[in-house]
This record gives sequence, structure tokens and C-alpha cells, in this order.
Amino acid sequence: MTESVNARAAILAEIRGNRPLPAADSIAQNYEAIPRAYVRSDFLSSQERVNLFESRLREYDANVYRAALKSLPEVIDHVLALRKKTRIGVPHGLPANWLLNLRLFVTGCDTHSPQELDKLEGVLTSCTVAIAVTGTIVLQHDTAHGPRKLSLVPDYHLCIVFAGQLVGTVPEAFDRLAPTATVPTTFISGPSATADIEMTRIKGVHGPRFLDVIVVVD
Amino acid sequence: MSGPATVNEDFPTAARELLKDTQLRANIRHATGIITRKRNAVVAELSDWEQLRESGSQIRSHALQHLDHYLLQFEQACTKAGGHVHWARDAAEANCLVIALVQAHGARDVMKIKSMTTEEICLNQALEDQGIRAHETDLAELIIQLGHDKPSHIVVPALHKNRAQIRELFAREMHLEDLGDQPEDLAAAARHYLREKFLRIPVTVSGANFLIAETGSVCIVESEGNGRMCLTLPDVLITIAGIEKVIPHFRDLEVFLQTLPRSATGERMNPYNSTWTGVHPGDGPREFHVVLLDSGRSAILHDDEARQTLKCIRCGACQNVCPVYHQTGGHAYNSVYAGPIGAILTPQLHQLNEGASLPYASSLCGACYEVCPVKIDIPEVLIHLRAQVVRHEHATLAGGLSLWSLGMKAAAALFASGNRLALAQHLGRIGQKPFIATSGFIEHLPFQLSGWTESRDLAPLPRESFREWWAKRPGPAVTEIISNRDGGK
Repeated sequence: MTESVNARAAILAEIRGNRPLPAADSIAQNYEAIPRAYVRSDFLSSQERVNLFESRLREYDANVYRAALKSLPEVIDHVLALRKKTRIGVPHGLPANWLLNLRLFVTGCDTHSPQELDKLEGVLTSCTVAIAVTGTIVLQHDTAHGPRKLSLVPDYHLCIVFAGQLVGTVPEAFDRLAPTATVPTTFISGPSATADIEMTRIKGVHGPRFLDVIVVVD
Repeated sequence: MSGPATVNEDFPTAARELLKDTQLRANIRHATGIITRKRNAVVAELSDWEQLRESGSQIRSHALQHLDHYLLQFEQACTKAGGHVHWARDAAEANCLVIALVQAHGARDVMKIKSMTTEEICLNQALEDQGIRAHETDLAELIIQLGHDKPSHIVVPALHKNRAQIRELFAREMHLEDLGDQPEDLAAAARHYLREKFLRIPVTVSGANFLIAETGSVCIVESEGNGRMCLTLPDVLITIAGIEKVIPHFRDLEVFLQTLPRSATGERMNPYNSTWTGVHPGDGPREFHVVLLDSGRSAILHDDEARQTLKCIRCGACQNVCPVYHQTGGHAYNSVYAGPIGAILTPQLHQLNEGASLPYASSLCGACYEVCPVKIDIPEVLIHLRAQVVRHEHATLAGGLSLWSLGMKAAAALFASGNRLALAQHLGRIGQKPFIATSGFIEHLPFQLSGWTESRDLAPLPRESFREWWAKRPGPAVTEIISNRDGGK
């Protein structure tokens, strides 16, 4: 790859021209001086925030349910029954006490091949952060979310969001995500969709075509 | 080896042909109308839209100002995380790098995520020349690829095709005689057609929406999930990104993930955004390469007025509001980058050797600047480039002796003196007489001037000019001032 090395030197020289290279700390100062007068936080009560999040998700054609923590396993069972699902993959870090009817769930699928994942009817995960104003779920893939392919290949995704994970705005979500920025991160806003044909939003192309969310409120 | 996508026909010539296609214009107006209405509605929801635009603009300007610093930071962080960073001066170098990487894995097929940058460097053709088949996975790109067509819009490249046209294409190419023509049927056909390939083909080529210097991460913004498939299922991922795509910090995404989806598709948030950093054991590709492409970009950095072109985050909002794009669609621009941003980006990427007619493909109405989420003053750059195009043409002997150039020099000489102008007006009033129609207007000018009256009438010179009228007014002091000043010339 010596060509690439030559190219690197040539491109950097062309970018610099005859400018002196500024010190890194003066670049940092310039960066900090960039104005950021945009809204960081909403002023909603937690109840209003949950309502907003739910209405946004419904606009995306996701189904939304609420559960108290102690009834979460029953609600999961109920939602899967409504969807007539019998083979749902779960990542190995998902709390075992959420799973009531063990015959429904397939464990150990973190290491499944894509072909094996394609045979699952759906997947159950938790999330890292959720954003009310955009109806977004963010998975910063840890063991309770599984690898990225797990929540991608199966056609149905059921995601558990705790009210404490819900923030109002996009900047607030980044406050929470930034410390672990290098972990693979997926922002999910509704089921997969396209508007490539006559600008009509059609649900479901390659990602899960069906998304359900259970919001756990105290 | 193929070079960059070339602009082989000028805009007016291409536009004249395309304007005859009424189906094309109907499709374009329908699609751009819908996106613009949705965009306006979701932008109006944000009380801080102008603050987001300002921050976005300044973050991009800052990154371009210190581009060498941030590229090196990106390279270091990405390498540390297990990625491989390559540099390519031009399209040929980038294509060579990708081909070598694909061949090193013995692959005959690669999956692709929609990428304007790979269109720009004609990667698919370069791969095909080496016997490697590239499979486009974005629905619109699939429509373009199966139809041997060209993209006509940055965000929705197949917006010039309606559902009936797409149905015909899919039925033929996928051998589905019974395919319906509802958008759902067409999306389901694409899902079925591509899923087997997603699960089987182990090498992917992608573009990038953002490179994050701080962390060495890459961000891809998409809707369908084809991006996620391509980013996570293969063994090898090769990302090609223009050097201008770098942003300083991860947290800067909090601005662009608000402005980009609202501007691009009129959504509060698009269905999927992915960020990843190098390789992640047990999750995603085992091998990750980034090719940093210059191809004319670093030269633009040194032009103080035009540098802002590189702030672009490829949302396509300027295309959707452009009255010229509405009429012609994207193909008239003869470039992968169409519309107002294409009119300033294309000629600069080609150092004005191609696309020189594009800076004129604008009425300078300013709608593009109004909607730009990073505040690129496109009209300002257009005017700047028009001046450069003229200088560039005059620098050649043929350009210097062209009718335009001689005409402009003659006009400059005329307008330099009041007496010469008065004489020209006098002669013009005599000379125009045979051309004035019964309507009182000049409807057809002769010879080289006929282009002007092809689509509009010209008002004839009036019987009396303003200066003549003014000179006849009483008050010797005023006429004296004028004649003194004219005499001084």
C-alpha cells in the first residue's frame, strides 16, 4: 500500500497549502467557541414525556404498551400472544426474570449465524436510551441488546423501555451516549421503511417490519 | 481504469431534451412537492431551527478549517480500534484500492449501500471491469441499477420513476409476472430479492454520512435497514468517504441528526442510524477499511468564497425547492450531484473543465440557501463560479476570441462613454425598425441573437433615452454638469 502512503502525504500537503499548522489547543479553543444556542432539554413532566414518546411511536406504526415493573413478564407474554409469536430470540444479558413462558424464547442466539436468525419469528431486547420528541430507541449494543444482527434479521422487534431511560431531546440522548460512544450504536425510529416509490412511506423493507414497545413506568 | 463521472453535455442542451418529457416533470413535481411540504412541517415544529442551522454551519466550517488535524485524529482513532485507513488522491486510486481489497478476499460479488461518493468515482463500473458484480441494496438504487438508469436526486435517486414504471422494471428483471403495482408489493419484491444476497455475500462497500474524528467512528443514516444489513452481516466492510465528511466530536451528531432527517425526507428522525468504531469482536465485520477520497476536494479548500460548498451534508433540500430542478429534473445536470448543490459542487470537483454551464443553471432566487441546514450560500457561490468560468474561458485563445467575449468587450467599450452609448442608441433605434412586430415588441432577433427571443419578446429601444429626456429639461446647471462629466471621459 505504498501508493496510499504517497497519497496520504500528498493530500495532507494539499490541504495545508502554505498555512502554518495551528496548535492542537488553539483548535480545541476554536471548537469550544462554536455557538450552541439550540434547545438541550424539554420542559415536560415525565408523564407528558411518556405520552409524547408513545404518540410518536404510533405515528411510525409501532404498537405501544405500558407495564409496571412487577407485571412486565405478563405484559411481554400478552404482547407476544397478540402477535401470535412462538419463537422469540433473546440476548444472553436480558434479565431472566422477564421471561415467564420459557417455551417462547430462544436463548444463545447472540452467536447464531444470520441464516439461523432468519428462522426466528422475532427478538426481544432492552434499550440504552429513548428519545421522546423523535420516537427513537437507541441500542448501544451491550449484552442485554445482543449483537446488532440480532435485532435486525428477524422480522419482529419487541423492545422494553424504562421511563428512566426516556429523555426529551436528541442532545439529552447524546449526553448519555457520549461516554460510551465507541460501542456500536443503532438509532431505531419505527419499523424499517422506505419512501423511494413516489414518496409514500411504506413500512418494512429489510429491517424488522414490525416493532412493538413496552414502556415500563413506576 | 475509469476516471470520475464525466459531464459530457452542457446543461441547456440536456435540459432542452428533458423538458419535452412531461411524465418526468410530473413525477419530479409530485415527489419534490411532497418532501418539501413534509420538511416545512417538521422544521416548523422546532423553535430552535435557526440555532441548529447556525451550529451545524459553524461545526462544518470549523472541521474544514482544520481538516488535516481532524483527518489525522480520525485515522489514529480508527486504526486504534482495529480499522484500516487508506488515502486516495483521485477516483482511479480509490477504485484500485477497493478492487485490491475485494480481490484479496477472492470475492466475485459485493453488496453496496447507497453512496453518492461511489457514484462519483464510477466504482460499480470499475468493479465490473474486473469481473466483480456490485449489488445495490437501497430500493431506489436497485431501481436505478436494474433499469441501467442514472440517479436524479441525492436522497431519492429514482424519484423520476413512478410505481407503474418500477413495476414493469421489477417484473421483467426479477421474473415476477404477477407482481402488483402497489408500493408495498414492490418493496416486498425487493426484500425477497435481496435477502438471500445479504445472508450470503461476505463483502460490503458503503459510503459514510459522517466520520467522527474524536472516536474514529463512522455514521450512516438510512431508512430501509439495507444499510444495517450491509454493516453488520458481512465479514469485510469497506467504507469510501470524501475527506470533507469528518466532524470533530461524537456529540456534534446531536445537531446533524436533528437537521439532516428533517431536511432530507421530512421526518423527525429517519428509521435507522448506525455508528460503529473499527471492529467489534462478536458483532459485525471482522475486517474494516476506510478509503479517504480527495478527488478535487482539497483544491476547493483554498478558495475562500467557494469553500463553504464542502459543508454540504447531502440532504437534497436545495434540489426539492429549486425552480430550475423542478423543470428539468436531475439528469440535465449530467452529474451525480444535481440541483443547486450539484451546480456548485460538480464544476469545482472538475476544476471547471467540466460542468462549466452549471453555475448558470439557476435563477439565483435564493430558495436553496433558505432551506440549507448548514447555511451554504449557494447563490453567492454560483455568482463567484460564473466569474471563474468566464476567466477560465478567456484564458484560452478560442475563448478570448469567442463571439461572447468579443461582444462583452464591445459592450464594455460602449458603456464606458456616454457619447458612445448615445451614438449606439441612435443607431440601434434605426437598426431595430425591421424587427419590431405589430405587437410593438421584437419577437425574433437574427443570427446569434436569436437565442434571446426564442422564449421571450424583447422590448425595443424607446424613442427617447433617459439621458436625452433629462438633457431637455430646463436648468442649465444640470446639463452643464452632465456634459462636463461626459467631456472628461
